[in-house]
Amino acid sequence: MNTATTSTSKAPAKPGGDGLRFYGVWLIGIAALIVLPMIFSSGGSLTSFSLIGIAIVFALSYNILLGQTGLLSFGHAVHYGLGGFAACHMMNAVVSHGWPIPLPFIPLFGGLGGLVFAMIIGWVMTKRAGTVFAMISLGIGELVASSSLILRSVFGGEAGITTDRTALPKMLGWSFGPQLQVYYLIAFWLVLSAIAMYALTRTPLGRISNAVRDNPERVQFIGYDPHVVRYLAFCFAGFFAGVAGGLTAINFEIANSALLGAIQSGLVLFSTFIGGTAFFFGPILGAILVTYLQLGLTNLTTAWQLYFGIIFIGIVMYAPGGIAGLLMMHRPLIRAGTLWTVIPSYLVAIVPTVALACGVILTIETVARYSGGEAINLFGIGFKPQSPVTWVVAAVLVVGGAFVARLTWLRIADAWDRASTVARDRGYLA
Amino acid sequence: MTAAIEVRAVEKRFGNVGIIRDLNLSVAQGERHAIIGPNGAGKSTTFNLISGHIKPTSGEVRLNGDVISGLQPFEINRRGLSRSFQVTNVFARMSVWENVRCAVLWATGHRYAFWKNVDSLPEVRERTAQILDDIHLTHRRDVPAGLLTYAEQRELEIGITIASGATVVMLDEPTAGMSNAETERAVALIRRLTEGKTLVIVEHDMSVVFGLADRISVLVYGHIIASGTPEEIRGDPKVKEAYLGEEAH
Repeated sequence: MNTATTSTSKAPAKPGGDGLRFYGVWLIGIAALIVLPMIFSSGGSLTSFSLIGIAIVFALSYNILLGQTGLLSFGHAVHYGLGGFAACHMMNAVVSHGWPIPLPFIPLFGGLGGLVFAMIIGWVMTKRAGTVFAMISLGIGELVASSSLILRSVFGGEAGITTDRTALPKMLGWSFGPQLQVYYLIAFWLVLSAIAMYALTRTPLGRISNAVRDNPERVQFIGYDPHVVRYLAFCFAGFFAGVAGGLTAINFEIANSALLGAIQSGLVLFSTFIGGTAFFFGPILGAILVTYLQLGLTNLTTAWQLYFGIIFIGIVMYAPGGIAGLLMMHRPLIRAGTLWTVIPSYLVAIVPTVALACGVILTIETVARYSGGEAINLFGIGFKPQSPVTWVVAAVLVVGGAFVARLTWLRIADAWDRASTVARDRGYLA
Repeated sequence: MTAAIEVRAVEKRFGNVGIIRDLNLSVAQGERHAIIGPNGAGKSTTFNLISGHIKPTSGEVRLNGDVISGLQPFEINRRGLSRSFQVTNVFARMSVWENVRCAVLWATGHRYAFWKNVDSLPEVRERTAQILDDIHLTHRRDVPAGLLTYAEQRELEIGITIASGATVVMLDEPTAGMSNAETERAVALIRRLTEGKTLVIVEHDMSVVFGLADRISVLVYGHIIASGTPEEIRGDPKVKEAYLGEEAH
């Protein structure tokens, strides 16, 4: 303990020494975005990358509310969708009036669309946090989603508002017809938005947002009005959600009521929570995973939403810190040099845990395909949903897997206890 | 000279129950004033009434001559009154450093700024470092506040309270639940940190009260029955009967 305490007290004011590593992470991220389409150049990959990029901006904007300020919104897609409509209307206006605004500036108008609505609705919404805020957000979400079908002149009814991104003035010779160019436009806005949202967490407002999340009562006694803090955070979240919506409008050349509905709101909550709200990069991981699963699973199974639900429940119950929380748990162990003591218990646990997962998949697919009769292909092994053999295999995998997996999980917990005690003794864990 | 805190005929009722009845209290500038009284006398309620946490049913509270009753807690805080809480009330998931820094931000004029990097504000950094040094928590600066020991959390609570540089500081049972050694340390800390400020303190430990306070007010059933120097209070028959007498048995 003593050695650690002296070393931390001598540490320079943050970030200081971590600076190089900090900028390194961002530069690697940017480099990856540039290089990615050169490695995976198929049309399908480009479409996936574009969607993932948009999802990341959207999830990061949601985390300004959930992770940074402690506001659980069930209607965040409202700002996303309105941003999309604003972008579409702007693109059409640019074309019809011949304004000299090229496509890369359009997401800014999407952001303004999301921001203006947040500014109007936010003051009332953010008066209270907690359940009151959650309920109002749900109500506003439904209100706007249903309005979008009623107010046809603005939202275009069921069909939505279409646009043509290539009709806008060219910039640097780019027409933004090919998906590759759209991908780079999205990547550019992703980097810009991510940097801006990260910077926001490092401002006085960003820090006080965290304080409001932790203890809104106490904030009032250090000079701050938590209502104003929540309102400002809500406006920023609305703006960046609008940027994401604008990018979607550019990507699909359409905005319709599906963009601002409850499903979108649920999906962003889902991505952010699975990724982990306590760390800035959590929602990035969540958005990548959820979008990837969404694109991948829909081709494999009709029951893909069921898997989402299971993953979500699993994370909420066993890893409320999300993927980022699970990863960051290991940091003190790495620093203390005790990570290697828990790795063997992980390796032992993999086998029964995978068996359990296969059992669950087999059970779900059996139920889903029973009447249809199409075969289940699990890692190259075919199973017939009507065959009792399949049922027995599924039952054995679920029951046996769960039983053995539990034992191995207890071993992990033991190994963790020992490793973290050592880490605590060495002063890497409080 | 106007009093730092002036409470005039304040009444607080919850439904039909009068918790505070005709409360009158005057705390002079620079005075260390202790409020004592048996459990349930309304000491914390008095704190809540002055700091704006709850609003009086009638009567008024003045801070440096200005009426503050009816204002929001943050408005009162911005006028230079800061308080701590009996139950530790910190930002649990944030580090010790962040806890204190948040309490420094408003007073250094950065308010809701979203265009400044919080790490590159020299006056904020210096003041935060100074306060951490004052409360002896520099070595724990990166630990989440929720993981501190109880005594450390109480010290952090005091640090957050004084961080804004408020001229009127109110501490609600700062040594509650502390060991003798910890109490001694805390009293020395309070004495040093509130030098030149007005201090109002609620405390059960009589050695702390009589060691620290210039004046003492005795609150019984929501009413102040006596107010005076420690000697006067010790000799007051009403106080003996209502409070000290009972304690002595």
